[in-house]
Amino acid sequence: MAAKLILSMDGVVLQEYVLDKERMTVGRKPHNEIVIDNLAVSGEHAVIVTIFNDSFLEDLDSTNGTLVNGAAIKKHFLQNNDVVEIGKYKLKYLNDQKSQSTAADFEKTMVFRASSRIASVAPPVVKADPYEIPGKLKPTEQPQLVPATKVTELRLAEVISPPPQSALATAVDKMPGLPQQAMGVIQVLNGPNAGKELELVKNLTTVGKSGLQVVVFTRRPRGYFITYVEGESYPNLNGKPLDDQPCQLNEHDIIELAGIKMEFYLKS
Amino acid sequence: MNIKQALEMVSQTHPGAVRSHNEDSVAYDASCGLVVLADGMGGHNAGEIASGITVSLITTEMKHSLESMRPEDRGEGGEDVGIMLLREKIQKANASIHQTSQSQPQCAGMGTTVVAGLFYDNRLAVAHVGDSRMYRLRGEIFEPITRDHSLLQEQVDRGMLSQKDARLSKNKNLITRAVGVEPAVEAEIHSHAVQVGDIYLLCSDGLNDMVEDNEIGATLHMLRANLQLMARRLIEMANDHGGRDNVSVILIKVNGDFAVPRGWLVKMLSWFKN
Repeated sequence: MAAKLILSMDGVVLQEYVLDKERMTVGRKPHNEIVIDNLAVSGEHAVIVTIFNDSFLEDLDSTNGTLVNGAAIKKHFLQNNDVVEIGKYKLKYLNDQKSQSTAADFEKTMVFRASSRIASVAPPVVKADPYEIPGKLKPTEQPQLVPATKVTELRLAEVISPPPQSALATAVDKMPGLPQQAMGVIQVLNGPNAGKELELVKNLTTVGKSGLQVVVFTRRPRGYFITYVEGESYPNLNGKPLDDQPCQLNEHDIIELAGIKMEFYLKS
Repeated sequence: MNIKQALEMVSQTHPGAVRSHNEDSVAYDASCGLVVLADGMGGHNAGEIASGITVSLITTEMKHSLESMRPEDRGEGGEDVGIMLLREKIQKANASIHQTSQSQPQCAGMGTTVVAGLFYDNRLAVAHVGDSRMYRLRGEIFEPITRDHSLLQEQVDRGMLSQKDARLSKNKNLITRAVGVEPAVEAEIHSHAVQVGDIYLLCSDGLNDMVEDNEIGATLHMLRANLQLMARRLIEMANDHGGRDNVSVILIKVNGDFAVPRGWLVKMLSWFKN
């Protein structure tokens, strides 16, 4: 299902355009694919380039500019329900291509290729190259890689330390689409840090001394789990040693790690 | 240290939370320093066949060739024998899949991605085709060391799409190169220096489409003491985020130096052996 643009003015729908061409121009002059006959619109005002399921809008240095969702743009990667404004006219972009949340067949990997020899036999092959690729990649070119992700050291040395508020920590927090759940907390019950609390805000929190005994707390959609990571002996959970398998935590479980007792509870 | 002692390897593969069968294939052989991961595509069971052929052909053939050849030697054209072998085996897998798909109608159009690594002499040769990736964690830096052969990556390279916008794209599964769909394929191969402490991750797109790179990196970093747990946790994360595709990982941790001995005595001895 190709994406569409719905042209309207003052809430009245005037026309619907299917984005079935690679390049569609918007403008006042009649040769445009999308003609808006109004003096506020430039002769060739903007262009929409569509590549498979993605569409890009570009303003063609129009006199009065192009807005998307209220902001002026030069180039914009259109997303479902974006509203493009040209003068008093609005173009709503609809791309109800199911997002990849369903396991429909279209989602399967396809090979994208220049030759069109195999046309009928192979559904997983998209045949035509929809646009020229100037300076196509040479296999010998050194890859320009995605900027490296800096993994911030999370302090393992102390049994309890407030996790550093790094960019990484916040990125790790985000778990799109997961239900809100009560936050897990562990509280130290003995030793010099008795009374201290550690909120398990991240999906992964390691606790312990590296090389001696370490466990990891994982926050998952079904709740919190504890798993042994390293050390000569297994830590205890409610007096019994853990094994290599993750163990789901219940409220008021007691964890004993290298002689330090901790209690797990949930905070709402 | 010999290579088997120097490298710790684990793998895990899972059909994911949505799909019924697994079209990914993985294999590793620590004694010859080889890791291979493939993500197949094609109707019915053809995807599994394509990835299966690729992985088993590369591992058995590599093992066989390495019995009589040394990867660190220079071959024709000054290239390492290890690199030449990787290229040759991928080419062979390509021919085998292509022939099968031509002769078996139910396999028509099948193909697969592949990412393969060969460790030798404190180096790593990485070959890949398609969008299966290799990442490296070195110290605190986690980064991909392969670049996808995909429409999205080409758009990013040409400045049409930012890295951030690429995640919003609906063209996620268009690859520009695959093993087995054409009579010949060119694998992209690079050689990297290896350091003790490095952790390498090979994964199918079922992981990196579901989980952001920095989250994958944080997991590797936090669980670096336990590779088995790391693999299990990566699969769990992909499934917790929806698990819309098969997900496979191979993890390699470099625990020691594996340089080939180069002293004059060694050379002499090996000369006598020959």
